[in-house]
Amino acid sequence: MSSALAVARIYRWEIAKLLAQKRTYLGLVAAMLVPTAFVVALVVNTKGGPNDIPLGRTIRDTGLAVPFVVLFFMSIWAFPLITALVAGDIVAAESHNGTLKTILTRSRNRGQVFAGKALASITYAIVAVVAMATVAVVAGTIAWGFHPLTSLSGTKVSPAHGVGLLAASIGVYVLPLIGIAAFALFLSTVTRNSAASVVGALMFALLMQLLGVLPGTESIRPYLLGTQFDAWHGFLRIPADFAPVTRALWVCALYIAVPLLAGYVVFLRRDVDSE
Amino acid sequence: MSDTPPVATRGLVKRYGSIVAVDHVDLTVERGDVFGYLGPNGAGKTTSLRMMLGLIRPSAGKAELFGRDPLVEGAKALEGVAGFVEAPRFYPYLSGRRNLRLLADYDDGDSRSLIEEMLELVELRDRGNDRVGGYSHGMRQRLGIAASLLRRPRLLLLDEPATGLDPAGMRDMRDLVRRLTGEGITVLLSSHLLAEVEELCNRVAIIRKGRIVYEGSLEELLATASSGYRLKSPHPERAYVLCLQQAGVHSLHPVDGELRFQADEAAVAALSIALGQAHVGVTALIPERASLEDLFLGLTEHPATDEQDAVAV
Repeated sequence: MSSALAVARIYRWEIAKLLAQKRTYLGLVAAMLVPTAFVVALVVNTKGGPNDIPLGRTIRDTGLAVPFVVLFFMSIWAFPLITALVAGDIVAAESHNGTLKTILTRSRNRGQVFAGKALASITYAIVAVVAMATVAVVAGTIAWGFHPLTSLSGTKVSPAHGVGLLAASIGVYVLPLIGIAAFALFLSTVTRNSAASVVGALMFALLMQLLGVLPGTESIRPYLLGTQFDAWHGFLRIPADFAPVTRALWVCALYIAVPLLAGYVVFLRRDVDSE
Repeated sequence: MSDTPPVATRGLVKRYGSIVAVDHVDLTVERGDVFGYLGPNGAGKTTSLRMMLGLIRPSAGKAELFGRDPLVEGAKALEGVAGFVEAPRFYPYLSGRRNLRLLADYDDGDSRSLIEEMLELVELRDRGNDRVGGYSHGMRQRLGIAASLLRRPRLLLLDEPATGLDPAGMRDMRDLVRRLTGEGITVLLSSHLLAEVEELCNRVAIIRKGRIVYEGSLEELLATASSGYRLKSPHPERAYVLCLQQAGVHSLHPVDGELRFQADEAAVAALSIALGQAHVGVTALIPERASLEDLFLGLTEHPATDEQDAVAV
């Protein structure tokens, strides 16, 4: 069997295992509840709103603006936590339950198993963001309709163009989340402890955010993982500013590659002992 | 590759800091063997098995399965090999059948087509759709056997397969192992249930504090025990004197009105004739052989080995 097919089979089972566990839905439900609660709050309270954040002033103009605003709010800790809940657990839980020895004494090598788990963790993060955006658009459209979106440059873009911008924004927004997933997966492999991995990954994400707002960190700010959560702003400018997007691509690639590679090496060499 | 032994370990060592869990273990399991791997709890059996399966890295030495080292060749070295270490573990939130499907997809070949047959074999077909989280210990052990047999193994490594089973479950497990070996599967059976080993195995290794203190055929091990005899007579004093005079009889001592001694069969035959000629009646002359348990305890609780072990650790 080819290695790609073997990884695909493992990936499919990793997804099946996630779908069979209730806690998987906890993160997804949270991702869908936040935009719903957000819209309800703004409908109930017709005055005021998130005026200080991108697209916040125009959130009541169209349902399309809602996911962009919620992306900002959830980047601080909600999405990192949701991502870490699965990525931090995906190896540690197998160590704890003793199932790692069960799957590592079959015909798949360790590298393939690690790849399947990494892909499943990334998939979960992406699905959570897409689920949030979908619910946000639906809830926002129910509340305020599906109208043209006001870009960050102040120009109006058609709803269809707005959907395209949302898809592109999600595409770049998930990159730092994948960085957090990679870090959580690394911790999960090294610590063999789900709680430590989830909390550790969340602390890492919060530290990145904190460094970004501390005075004197201006020179490193463009290269912090937290900063890359704002890269999608480039798409919302007319004309589009690709500089933050390009930077997010390579900066996130580093944040993804380093822990992923380290976790991979540890996973290949680690002893699968009694837990 | 055809003449390579299913299991061969050479100088296998595993250290955890200053503790030597496995200390230069050399083992050879030949084709067709039902090989008993015996030792007290914590002696190093499971650690050895983990190294054989490539789950943990030896500190020194190597383990090969059919001539292939899992550390070098990875999962390829496990072709034709199956089994479990400690209790078999499954995903509790999946059904038994789905667990087997998952494991079949982790295998090459046509494992999936064997799932129903294996569930039937271990009598879990009716419970196959139930979550493993609701299985009893015995059911999980049986599912572990089914998961192993999906791989159509030539070598089966079983770590305490009967532990925690009720008497009927233990009997079924023994029957299954007997049946599998009848089909030509080599079995390495780690156990501390000596009756089980005595019943099933043709060769054994005994490990104590990480060291092999015996490896060889079970028959030879039992034969190494000195043959002892018990003699009952209505005239114990005269019988005692005759025993003393009989060549080949030694370690003679009276216990509870009977005589106990060690001798080979020829000496015992000569003694019985001598007793008859002297008109000394015999009400019982009973041979006694040391059980595997006696030998096991003798080998694993011997003070001489303690001193060696103290040096090793």
